[in-house]
Amino acid sequence: MLTAFLLFFPVAAALLLHFAKGNAARVMALGAALVEFAAAVFAAFSFQRDASTQFALNMPWVESAGIGFHIGMDGLSLVLVLLTCFLVPLIILASFRHDYRNASAFYALILFMQTGLIGVFVSLDAFLFYFFWEVALIPIYFLAGVWGSDRRVAVTFKFFLYTIIGSLFMLAAFVYLYFQTGLGGAARSSDISAFYALTLSSAEQAWLFWLIFIAFAVKMPLFPFHTWQPDTYTESPAPATMLLSGIMLKMGLYGCLRWLLPVVPRGVSQWDKTVMILAVIGVIYGAIIAIRQRDVKRLIAYSSLSHVGLMIAGIFSLTMMGLQGSVIQMLAHGVNVVGMFFVADIIQRRTGTRQIPELGGLTRHTPLLSVAFLVMLLSTVALPLTAGFVGEFLLLAGVYQYNMWLGAVAGVTIILSAVYLLRMFQRVMLGPDTAFTSAIRDLTGAELAVLVPLIALVFWIGLFPNTFMSISEPAILKILQQVNR
Amino acid sequence: MTSIILLSVLGIINLFLGFLRSNKILLPAAMVILAVVFGANLYDWNAEPRAYFNNMLTIDRYSVAFTAIVVLTTLLLLPFSQKYVRDGEANLAEYYSLLLFSLVGAIMMVSYDNLLMLFVGIEILSVSMYVVAGSDKRNVRSNEAALKYFLMGSFATGILLFGIALVYGATGAFQLSQIGAGVVNPANASLTPMLYLGMLLMFIGISFKVSAAPFHYWTPDVYEGTPTFFTAFMSTVVKTAGFAAFFKLLVVAFGAAQSFWIPTIMAITVLTLLIGNVGAVAQTSVKRMLAYSSISHAGYLFIGLLALNGNLSGLSANGLFFYSLAYSVATIAAFGVLKLVTDQRQREDYDGLNGLARTNPLLAFVMTVAMLSLAGIPLTGGFFGKFFLFGAAIDKGYIGLVVFAVVMSMVSIYYYLRPVIAMYMRDGDGPTAEPIEVGPFQSFILVLLALLTVALGIMPGFLSNVL
Repeated sequence: MLTAFLLFFPVAAALLLHFAKGNAARVMALGAALVEFAAAVFAAFSFQRDASTQFALNMPWVESAGIGFHIGMDGLSLVLVLLTCFLVPLIILASFRHDYRNASAFYALILFMQTGLIGVFVSLDAFLFYFFWEVALIPIYFLAGVWGSDRRVAVTFKFFLYTIIGSLFMLAAFVYLYFQTGLGGAARSSDISAFYALTLSSAEQAWLFWLIFIAFAVKMPLFPFHTWQPDTYTESPAPATMLLSGIMLKMGLYGCLRWLLPVVPRGVSQWDKTVMILAVIGVIYGAIIAIRQRDVKRLIAYSSLSHVGLMIAGIFSLTMMGLQGSVIQMLAHGVNVVGMFFVADIIQRRTGTRQIPELGGLTRHTPLLSVAFLVMLLSTVALPLTAGFVGEFLLLAGVYQYNMWLGAVAGVTIILSAVYLLRMFQRVMLGPDTAFTSAIRDLTGAELAVLVPLIALVFWIGLFPNTFMSISEPAILKILQQVNR
Repeated sequence: MTSIILLSVLGIINLFLGFLRSNKILLPAAMVILAVVFGANLYDWNAEPRAYFNNMLTIDRYSVAFTAIVVLTTLLLLPFSQKYVRDGEANLAEYYSLLLFSLVGAIMMVSYDNLLMLFVGIEILSVSMYVVAGSDKRNVRSNEAALKYFLMGSFATGILLFGIALVYGATGAFQLSQIGAGVVNPANASLTPMLYLGMLLMFIGISFKVSAAPFHYWTPDVYEGTPTFFTAFMSTVVKTAGFAAFFKLLVVAFGAAQSFWIPTIMAITVLTLLIGNVGAVAQTSVKRMLAYSSISHAGYLFIGLLALNGNLSGLSANGLFFYSLAYSVATIAAFGVLKLVTDQRQREDYDGLNGLARTNPLLAFVMTVAMLSLAGIPLTGGFFGKFFLFGAAIDKGYIGLVVFAVVMSMVSIYYYLRPVIAMYMRDGDGPTAEPIEVGPFQSFILVLLALLTVALGIMPGFLSNVL
């Protein structure tokens, strides 16, 4: 029941928001998101740390077709639900300084999106998973398309087409698997256990792998399916960018762990090298392009592309370290990237520009902002004691175990990310003032209220990663056993 | 059966109410009539299947289900009838009565047991449509639509009739079940070419009526010229009834000749999907886009015909029912909004929708739900409609066809998003910045249509297995 509450509370709150006007809407939205967060924390504390699926609910949905409304959380789901419920209130709070036209619709869409995201993380039925996968797309499309900047129409259109076409391939694979469960006279079922129990030939798994994986590859995004990503991140309003980068790309990574590796393990063993190479190309490609960027937001977008590549490589290393690393890095990346985009948003709002050459010397005016930016940045660069370090270390160790050379190439990411991020910091925060940056205010209370929890979590994960790793470990172990069966 | 009698009698009464010349009375009267018919129709749901008029018609669950769709569609469409003709002198009651009578034809098409009834049903429906297509009589486009529809429709009717005659010659029967027996009877083997030619001609006739390619050429022009209110009726009721009739014909009469008609129907399906979707991409008028979209939906429904499994209650029949319902609801919503917008803004291109989200959030929302449903995106009934139909087709082994259909529905996302982009992401200027006037009752119906679409997309289980 707790899962069902987590799933439906945001959308119920979103419907109620319709009756709120102006400022009341965002306060209500924040309140709802905090209630949701409290429920998620409660779930985390009452969670038994084993591999079982807890808080499960299994009801028929389309009974005649064997499709169930099956939701529940194991450790992996719980970690991502926690991340979602932690970030959404901060994202709402982060948007308080903006006056979005038609605010009640704006915040309702954010909450609606939360339902979609949580639905993806807790669904244990293939069609239910697909359902929420698409449900999460609709609100973000409108958030980005209606409230975005000038080029939004074409950019979001591309984003929508890309992702929906990718996911249709996944649907096709699910339908195929669903019919496979009915072979030999058994009743067809789209339940995850029925999918896990399938015995498929290697040849089938080889093409099924790509059908399923394309949906995830577009969402994450994996090089070369990434072309929608930098534009969409740049043109979207800040809260939408945070939702996209902080949570939505985790849908793809989570999808790999839950619906790809255990369902078509032999497909994975045929294609893992290809994916690994693409992922490492993405790591380097994203980093090199990031070095050339002049727009802060775009630079962070490419940096995100680079870091996601490493997470994909970690997952496909199929080692305990790689998988656990990807889980902890999902958290760390979610926190880091949301923090970075928020800082970029603050800078843009204060100075009216995001162009690096037009900025400079912010530290003198805004020491607090500067500190917050530096923490997020160093965590992204994977400095020890920060969240990014734990994740990247485990990921690189996993990739290294898989193949030494790939590990070595992927390891360059740490150097490259230090290059582009520290260079950005130097040119934006240090140096002489420019026409844009004289006399700007430091962080306000609401902004601190966003950044302090993020910074706290950066250090918490950096110092005590076990808090979260112990939750996901049994679930990850179970997934690996399923892969190696 | 009660529904046919009620509609005929009340239709005549409605005609007499015409002396009142007031939409304030005629519209509620017509809606009450339809609500009564809807209830009376559902009353037969749990009854044993019964044959009427010497086995000319059978009322069973199949006919009740599809009758329910066509009556409900008309009922929900009626509130948008206001101002559908610019001519203030027009006799409104005649148009309402024409719609009621045409529904009689539609009901006959979904419950026929004899090819004569099929023919009479199609004609009742078509003749009414020829008239309403020209109902905007001072408008050249409307006249063109009526003439075109009438001429082409008459040819199609002739071809259909010729087909029926040949099938009769080959099997010696008009009765569906007797034709079915005649098709498998070895004594008729020498008449097989005649039977096949007859079937082919019948397919052409019906394909014309449901606007399937390559017999679709009339559709965009007729849909565009016809007043929007009647266009909506054509693209929902005519199509639903046409497919229900086609399905029954293939299952009961020609089920044994599958090896002959599967390639034919397959070719029609592929062509219809291709022409409908690719044609819609190129349109600049929303109304023409919806016309091509209705062609493409005919293509999806054809997949249901291919997937039939020998009776009127399997996966494919249920898929056809669910799809028709989801498609009808979404289409009325789309045409309803379009009609309200075009009535005031006097333009039918995409830019006419600009800024609608700002001026009329409700209209924009309903239109968006309709577009998402037609595109088959989850959360809406259209997704499960496609899901069930494609599932039934995969069950029968049509994997290549389903892949093609899925690719085509990817294409369709492109043109269904364009109205959404216009409404939400572009600002209107001049006359398009003015809010559209919408009556409270019309708003209520639009919300109802949107809710119905979402309900079909969230809880499909209630209606996914009714037959």
